[in-house]
Amino acid sequence: MRRLLPLLAVLAFASIPLWLKDPYLLNACVTTGIFIIAAMSLNLLLGYTGQLSLGHVAFFGIGAYVSALTSLGFDIELFGGIRVVHEPWPVWIGFVLAVIIAGICGYLVGKLSFRVRGAYFVIVTISFAEVVRLVALNWVELTQGPLALTSIPPFTLGLPGLGYLDLYGKAANFYLVLAIGVVCYVIISRLTRSRVGRAMVALKENESLAVSVGIDVTRYLILAAVTSAAIAGAAGSLYAHYLRIIDPDVFMFLYTVTMVIMVITGGKGTLAGPIVGGLIFGFIPVVARSFASPESQWILYGALMILIVFVLPQGIVPAIERWFGVVDENEGRAKLEPAK
Amino acid sequence: MLEISNLVCRYGKVEAIKGISLSIKKGQLVALIGANGAGKSTTLRSISGVLSPTSGRIMFEGQDIARCSAREILMRGIAHCPEGRRIFPDMTVEENLDMGAYLRSDIEGMNADKDRIFTQFPRLAERRRQVAGTMSGGEQQMLAIGRAIMSRPKLVMFDEPSLGLAPNIVEQVFEIIDGIRQAGTTVLMVEQNAYSALDLCDHAYLMEAGSIVLSGKGSELIDNDHIRQAYLGG
Repeated sequence: MRRLLPLLAVLAFASIPLWLKDPYLLNACVTTGIFIIAAMSLNLLLGYTGQLSLGHVAFFGIGAYVSALTSLGFDIELFGGIRVVHEPWPVWIGFVLAVIIAGICGYLVGKLSFRVRGAYFVIVTISFAEVVRLVALNWVELTQGPLALTSIPPFTLGLPGLGYLDLYGKAANFYLVLAIGVVCYVIISRLTRSRVGRAMVALKENESLAVSVGIDVTRYLILAAVTSAAIAGAAGSLYAHYLRIIDPDVFMFLYTVTMVIMVITGGKGTLAGPIVGGLIFGFIPVVARSFASPESQWILYGALMILIVFVLPQGIVPAIERWFGVVDENEGRAKLEPAK
Repeated sequence: MLEISNLVCRYGKVEAIKGISLSIKKGQLVALIGANGAGKSTTLRSISGVLSPTSGRIMFEGQDIARCSAREILMRGIAHCPEGRRIFPDMTVEENLDMGAYLRSDIEGMNADKDRIFTQFPRLAERRRQVAGTMSGGEQQMLAIGRAIMSRPKLVMFDEPSLGLAPNIVEQVFEIIDGIRQAGTTVLMVEQNAYSALDLCDHAYLMEAGSIVLSGKGSELIDNDHIRQAYLGG
């Protein structure tokens, strides 16, 4: 049953465009899907290693900008009159570069701040996000600043011998997001159930003991940061080519907060947590819109969040697992499958 | 087997260990006793590489390990059972033991060692799949000891193994440690429970304020006047 559940969930998600024809709701599904991917990446750091990245949106935004600029091309002049011209490249290269460059940024931030960890990591990530946002806002020549990057090409699907298919439509983008989401889920699930994941949980639980059983703590933290940043970068790339317009608002602190809320309410340190939390908090504005005024929507959002945190402090997924006793004899734990 | 010479350790400006020297022979059970803050735990932490010493040499089987990482030192055969919270509370008993063998890759040997530990500690076998944090203090300590020997160390170091345990459990823990020594593993133990430690060990060192002030056979130190007055209650 436990093995079947993710498969059933994927099938259920895949059926959505077949019966849901309302473009507004389908749009909400795509953007929620993108944020769920970002939340899954945050969960890897926050849930499994216990490090809170409050600047996670930086990796998301970097992914979006890298991908957009790669596919749009640019022509800038650096200090000393060096001119850099970049011709537009295919979108998929933009996606790959977004993943790689976001991953490199994750490495640098991790390398800088994991010597001290905890609160310092939180501060470094917040500052990093703010610095990147200011660069995007002020380096007008490259990013067009608040004028935004427009006409970003959509993803194209290359069919050998049949030409190319542009993924303009919402349904097509939905399947793209779903596919990338499944890949990210599999990567995170494999990682956390391996020796590496066990090391991450060990250092979250008792760091000094983790060191004394021979775990290289900094190395695993950096590995988690790189993977997490790279996945956030992938989500950013999806976002840019779906909306086809991005401005420095993609670095808004609110987006990070949304990801944190999704992870914590859903259940940090569980694979399904960010998905469940993401679905709830992605769709509250959509559902509330039908019966509540814009102001009361946010009150409802806040109230539900407080309610969940109070009633289910561990998050929704661990609570459900406990109710249904999916956790075999190991009371209250679902975060670690025996690594066989 | 282990030779420490002129080891100095500083926490910022505070010199916690002021140039100590000690030696452990293969197969011995050596105790390091002394009051709180004497530098006993710091000594263990610098041997295991969790802390890097300011100066001095730590020779293990003829090689200087003072600058090695905790991981390398463990691979060379020194396991450390730190004081305080000694287990991973949210993992099961079995997973905790697996963590002790984190650097090993021989699954069969690991399983054999695990079975041996389970026969040795029937309590742990009963609780194999229980979350470790829900066990009693004594059971957790046994698990910590089991975990420390899962890496098949040549030298195992215990930091305050009796801390916070009921008297009858303390006795049991000391028996287990004696058993580990009987099985051929060298043991270095830090203890505040001076009488039991001296009674059990082959050789003991007394630390005071970062220096070693006395050393000798356990049985000799029990009769020492200074030790009797300061640590054994007259």
